[in-house]
Amino acid sequence: MDTSTELERIWREEWGRLLALLVGRFRRLDLAEDALADAFEAAARSWRADGIPTNPAAWLLTSARRRALDRLRAEAVAARTVPLLIVDARTQDEAHRAMADPGDAPCELADERLRLAFLCAHPALAPEAAAALTLRMVLGVSTADLARLFLVAEPTMAARLTRARKKLAVAGVSFALPAPERLASRVAVLGTVAYLAFTAGYAPGSGPDVVRVELAGEAIRLTRLLRSLLASSTGGAPVTATGLDPLLALMLLQHSRRDARVDADGGLVLLPAQDRGRWRSDEIAEGLGLLRMIEPSRLDPQGYQLWLQAAIAAEHARATTPSATDWPRIAELYAALDRHTEGSPVVRLARAVAVAEANGPLAGLELLAGLDQALPSSHRVPGVRAELLARAGLATEAASAYEQAIALCGNDAERRHLIAQRAKLGG
Amino acid sequence: MKYLILIAYPPDGWSKASPEQQQRWMADHGRFHDTVGSAILGGEALAGPDTATTMRHVAGKPVLTDGPFAETAEMIGGFYLVEAPDLDTVTGWCEILPDGYSLEIRPCITVDLPD
Repeated sequence: MDTSTELERIWREEWGRLLALLVGRFRRLDLAEDALADAFEAAARSWRADGIPTNPAAWLLTSARRRALDRLRAEAVAARTVPLLIVDARTQDEAHRAMADPGDAPCELADERLRLAFLCAHPALAPEAAAALTLRMVLGVSTADLARLFLVAEPTMAARLTRARKKLAVAGVSFALPAPERLASRVAVLGTVAYLAFTAGYAPGSGPDVVRVELAGEAIRLTRLLRSLLASSTGGAPVTATGLDPLLALMLLQHSRRDARVDADGGLVLLPAQDRGRWRSDEIAEGLGLLRMIEPSRLDPQGYQLWLQAAIAAEHARATTPSATDWPRIAELYAALDRHTEGSPVVRLARAVAVAEANGPLAGLELLAGLDQALPSSHRVPGVRAELLARAGLATEAASAYEQAIALCGNDAERRHLIAQRAKLGG
Repeated sequence: MKYLILIAYPPDGWSKASPEQQQRWMADHGRFHDTVGSAILGGEALAGPDTATTMRHVAGKPVLTDGPFAETAEMIGGFYLVEAPDLDTVTGWCEILPDGYSLEIRPCITVDLPD
């Protein structure tokens, strides 16, 4: 087998679990992370020469452990002042045993990765830092990739991660599952972190790509993993086992459209113009299946909000052609979302679009009142207004709204789309 | 670990509250004491920031100024020093304290002093 393909697969599948074991043993995120990254590097050299070992994960764990011990020895006196994570005795004990017999490790410590996720997605960290740290620690996304995906320079991302790791240790956040009475709220934080990563991938505010598919895909992978870990580690208590379902449904339904959302030149393709044959039908089926299992009245407010968004995405996914879309139903769901988010301007804007489809452009335009003040730097408000004015036959007003939108738009692909729409008006 | 819980609230928060509200807040402190018990290492309510004196060295000489470090919308009104196994334990305790407070939770660190 090709060593680098195999290594990549092992990285994706084993990184989080091995890192969690090392964190349990050494109580330092930086040390565990560096040691594991070094072990993967050593594997790339050694496996190419000697072949892939029979238990690759055990090989990596042993190698990382040795490297961590070497580093500790080299740090000597300095290491004594490094703050250690709080890890209970039983977890430390289990990690020690897993290291002693790495071939035996997998099943016994099923909740290690979950501990790691709860540690990184702790509410004591800012959500952006928690999202980056969780992707780094649980999924092994590299710092360079995180910087690219979150649109910051690599040293900035590295500094953000360093600060987050230090805060967790110094502030005394423990490497443990949350207390039962806090589990639901902590799962909600995990969901927020995953969704933040997803939306950063799905709708970047600036930069060249319309959809940074990879980050959105990683966020889905994280949510799937957390769901399955929660189901197996917490005995499937209703709130924890299902807390991430509306989120996963929403992400799958939105992500299923990624191929159709961008044309061959990297331009944005809006929903009505998308080739629905390019939507991923398997992901749509999975998303719709999840939605059918959810009882919305049992969700917490955050879950209910995600459910409403997923239900809207589901209406689009069900329509085989744009004209088959059930716009009155979508307008109804948006009205509920508008009430639930207490007049969030972003929701109001989307609702205006749906209402325009259901009841005509003038009805949509009415809902835009006041949004310019609420979202003064957004190109989307004048963009939607321009579109609705054009549809209402008010070309002059539409043209000036397009000018306003083009001036505000920071995303290259979206700006090209606005310019093309403006040109269609003539004049 | 030792944590300092700094208690902040708007300057007129206490004086403007109704007697019933003030009583509820006092009861919250009572419940905090009952729950945290001997893990409270210390704690005091402080006189207002208008009574604070700040000392800084200017050109090598200690200079006193009238007032707190910084003028903020909230003032430090008191503190608790507690011993806790981790941050989650402290935030759990803090949920008991009056909901009008902003609480800043700061871990204490060990500084080795020369003999």
